[in-house]
Amino acid sequence: MMINNQQSINSIEKISHEIRLRIVELTFQSRKYGAHIGGSLSSVEILATLFHSVVQNKPNSIEERDRVILSKGHAALALYCVLESVGLLSKEELDTFEGNGSQFLAHAKRDITKGLEFSGGSLGLGISYAVGVALACKAKGINNQIYVLLGDGECDEGLVWEALMCVKNYNLTNFTAIVDFNHLQADGFTEEVMNTDSLFDKFTAFGFKTIETDGHSIKDLVGAFGKRSDSKPNAIIARTIKGKGISFMENKRNWHHGILSDIQYKKAIDELNKWNSTDGE
Amino acid sequence: MENEAYFDVNAFASLGQSNSIFGVSLMDNIDIYPNIKVVTSDMALAAGLDRFRYLYPDSFYNVGIAEQNLIGVAAGLASEGFKSIAVAQAAFISMRSFEMVRQYLGYMHNNVILVGLNAGFLLKFFGNTHYATEDLSLMRGIPGMIVLSPADAGEAVKAFEAALRTDASVYIRLTGLKEAPIVYKEDFSYEIGKSNVIHEGDDITIFATGSMVHQVIIAGDLLETQGIKARIVDVHTIKPMDVDIVNDSKHSKLFVSVEEHNLIGGLGSSISEYISEFTDYPPLLRLGVKDAFSIPGDYEYLLKQNRLMPDLIAEDIINKYKQ
Repeated sequence: MMINNQQSINSIEKISHEIRLRIVELTFQSRKYGAHIGGSLSSVEILATLFHSVVQNKPNSIEERDRVILSKGHAALALYCVLESVGLLSKEELDTFEGNGSQFLAHAKRDITKGLEFSGGSLGLGISYAVGVALACKAKGINNQIYVLLGDGECDEGLVWEALMCVKNYNLTNFTAIVDFNHLQADGFTEEVMNTDSLFDKFTAFGFKTIETDGHSIKDLVGAFGKRSDSKPNAIIARTIKGKGISFMENKRNWHHGILSDIQYKKAIDELNKWNSTDGE
Repeated sequence: MENEAYFDVNAFASLGQSNSIFGVSLMDNIDIYPNIKVVTSDMALAAGLDRFRYLYPDSFYNVGIAEQNLIGVAAGLASEGFKSIAVAQAAFISMRSFEMVRQYLGYMHNNVILVGLNAGFLLKFFGNTHYATEDLSLMRGIPGMIVLSPADAGEAVKAFEAALRTDASVYIRLTGLKEAPIVYKEDFSYEIGKSNVIHEGDDITIFATGSMVHQVIIAGDLLETQGIKARIVDVHTIKPMDVDIVNDSKHSKLFVSVEEHNLIGGLGSSISEYISEFTDYPPLLRLGVKDAFSIPGDYEYLLKQNRLMPDLIAEDIINKYKQ
């Protein structure tokens, strides 16, 4: 389903804008509980590109679907909004976000009928699980892809590297790791808290065909997914900005998880709309 | 039971628990369950999996010395419909991988059979880093987990085959020396959650699990010479707990639990949790590993230190019984 024409790119850009508005809206609706908005905003284009241009969802065979596993589980809000945009979640369902008894919490719970492949939350666990899924799909002879979205902060976890080693050991060419490289973790810049630099070199050294790209450019992301190697596992290091699109959130560690006031909500929506209209010019 | 063509006590006794499971039973069952996938963290040789690896390379994965990833890979395979078996040292599969087991198996309901090798003090001179004396407590604390603790090699095979038939995650704790004496000298019936009475006696009831069942049988003979008649129960299932056997033993003057496990959180704890809700049960004497790290030595040295040799078990029971 890989698409590459300008019209489609424009359409995914527009969808990404709608997803950002929805993320802000749901964060505001959650009121005092807040949401992981920073890391959700950084992963919008990655997830939108995946679901609107890369992933194969074969309606006739759920078994043969591509699996997207959100290992940075705190970006569940972004994933929910993207799944809503492809029609796997309804507005009514997602409006229950962070409500008592809701299926849609800060961290997703596995429900493959809705595109939620993994119960995320504990960092590092998604990628390790994805290795088992990739081995299983290979053993079953399914010709599909397993996409895993990691955070750069998440790469502090030892389990990530145990999993990456295993991917190369079994040369899982059906495996693509994407790092939402937004340079921030809860306590501050990754370069200051735990410097994982250079992720490109590390993934390359672990045997991955690694591509570094602008994680907010649909065009570049589509290009990066299109350059997939068939002989090696793949990795995409997507350079992103935490809190992307909202000036007072961008590159601010305190927006890893935050609560929007009425004024901040209005400002955020205004900024996103302004950004969208300038972009279109 | 329908899947079991034979039950060769002597062959199992000479192989020990792990080799009986992976060298014999697994070979028989791969035909019955062709979707078995065995995953290990560099323990194929130690577990007796080498022949299986050689004969069924497509059903075997080695993730290297990476117990956290072991559980992730096993769970991922299970999520795609495979009958997944994860094999590692009991200490590491229960402790290092604890959160993975809780998340992937417990919370996400991916059914995996975990086989914990060398539980208790079996790794003798390796020291406390390698002892697994908290595994029952940890595994029991995960919602939905079935926790099995077989008493000898034959029962380990029964436990494994019962686990294969079960639609749940199961932790199988392997204890006892390879040359450990056999408890079951002939074929017997095994049902998860239903304890086996090894010996009848009216005065006291001793609940034992794993390696301690045999110790308690000898201790029972010593008690008999002192005029104390003990009912001896092999509690091969730690969870779900067999409350029927506890209720059925209510008439005893004393309950005793014996386990090669920390006194906190294992068999004794589970019995006391249950009977503490009532007033008409006898007192429970809990024997097991004291809440301290042991001084390493040979197996007997470690058991003696924790008063888990038959004569010491009998002595502690007599002292309590006379009170």
